[in-house]
Amino acid sequence: MRTSTKVFAKVYLWVLLLVLYAPIAFIVVFSFTEAKSLGNWTGFSTALYQNLFNGSMQNSSGLLAAVKNTLLIALAASVVATILGTIAAIGIYHLHGRKKNVMTFLNNIPMINPDIITGVSLFLLFVFLGISQGYMTVILAHITFCTPYVVLNVMPKLQQMNPNIYEAALDLGATPAQALRKVLVPALRPGMISGFILSFTMSLDDFAVTFFTRGTIGLDTLSTYIYADARKGGLTPELKPLMSIIFLIILIVLLVINIRQSKQQSDKH
Amino acid sequence: MNKRSSWALPYFIFLVLFVVLPLLLILMYSLQDASGNFTLSNITKFFTDKDALGTFALSIEVAIENTLLCILIGYPAAWILADNKLNRSAVTVVLFILPMWINALMRTLATAELFNMAGIQLGKGTLLFGMCYDYLPFMIYPIYNQLKKMDKSYAEAAQDLGATPSEVFRKVTLPLSMPGVWSGVMMVFMPTVSTFAISEFLTNNKIKLFGTIIQENINNSMWNYGAALSLIMLVIIGITTMLQGGEKRAEAEGGLI
Repeated sequence: MRTSTKVFAKVYLWVLLLVLYAPIAFIVVFSFTEAKSLGNWTGFSTALYQNLFNGSMQNSSGLLAAVKNTLLIALAASVVATILGTIAAIGIYHLHGRKKNVMTFLNNIPMINPDIITGVSLFLLFVFLGISQGYMTVILAHITFCTPYVVLNVMPKLQQMNPNIYEAALDLGATPAQALRKVLVPALRPGMISGFILSFTMSLDDFAVTFFTRGTIGLDTLSTYIYADARKGGLTPELKPLMSIIFLIILIVLLVINIRQSKQQSDKH
Repeated sequence: MNKRSSWALPYFIFLVLFVVLPLLLILMYSLQDASGNFTLSNITKFFTDKDALGTFALSIEVAIENTLLCILIGYPAAWILADNKLNRSAVTVVLFILPMWINALMRTLATAELFNMAGIQLGKGTLLFGMCYDYLPFMIYPIYNQLKKMDKSYAEAAQDLGATPSEVFRKVTLPLSMPGVWSGVMMVFMPTVSTFAISEFLTNNKIKLFGTIIQENINNSMWNYGAALSLIMLVIIGITTMLQGGEKRAEAEGGLI
């Protein structure tokens, strides 16, 4: 390959990354100043970080509650989705013919539906059934859009697994529960973990579905909090350090996962 | 009949209750008036409502433009990332996916603020830029995956048989990477039509997209008209899915980690 092509390729990638990261860098930079609005620099300061941690900001309870809700909802939804999705994947794997096609089709619907359709349709369901909306409905809604991804991640592990070892465990005197715990779960664990991580991050980032299913009890996640804040005009300044910290955590986690993966791959070769 | 196939039953019940029934309710509510009587007026209202039709046309237009822009910018990026000679590190790929994990609303607000600082008027141009910025990773990743999976020997064979690099690309690489492009289109087109909040932030409420009018109707308790608008969107999803094969988007998204 010619050097000019190589140089052009490198430049293209880095320019693109620069543009992609400009808004994030912007948030990080302006988290180190005291000014209320984004883009207003009043000198270096870590005041916003201090406010965030000692809770001395205006409306601190609102923001911290939103962070707590976001994490709790994501945790609850992804745990349930992982269990439900894994059991479902085992079932679907053993189905045949039309039943299998129906399940695969139904499992695809939540993944194809845009968030707003999932949100509106579940909102109508809760209205129709007369269920008052709050934590429970948001968690149920998140389980709905997370579980298909767990099924999708566990399925390949079932296909790779020797189907006879579960039967072998039963023949050797294991109860079905023991066989599940000691044979199936270890074999499916990588798929379950990636399904769980994917569910967790999708739940964290969700806005539209939460927006329609949270009801009117004043339940806020980070996304709905930011939306309400922006509509009022004027973001809570402490969101800037919060987002910077979240960004840093995600960056580290993703880099560690990927470096470990590529190490494992190069070990295999 | 294997007993373990019955393990699918709880999830089947769950899907019927939380996926099928809600979609049927969209249909039901869109065919009712506020007091629950059958009517087609919600559907006809959309087709005679100039504002709604205009918004709808604009949303489709913006979504097409955004999708094309994402392919135009994202394809070369995916191609470079997937090429072993041009990019050796997996970390660069992670860097392209990483922004997706940052709260989309927060990123969008920062983008809008950057435009403000640069003195650029918020409008359709900034809307397209911001949308492209939000959805570009969803286009790059499936194309990258497809190119990575591709058997390199096809391209090498074409080269050995005397094809020029541009012929190799046009006649071998591009056709073989099309499934990746289609999944990218699925992941960019429909979400663009249906976004709300993002379009409001990027245009300072000047431009509404279809998602915004659905949200406004639902929030103002006009459930029946909101449901009818959702139904229209569902029809479009059905058509695009039929054209492209629905599992692709699922596969592409499922492989993000």
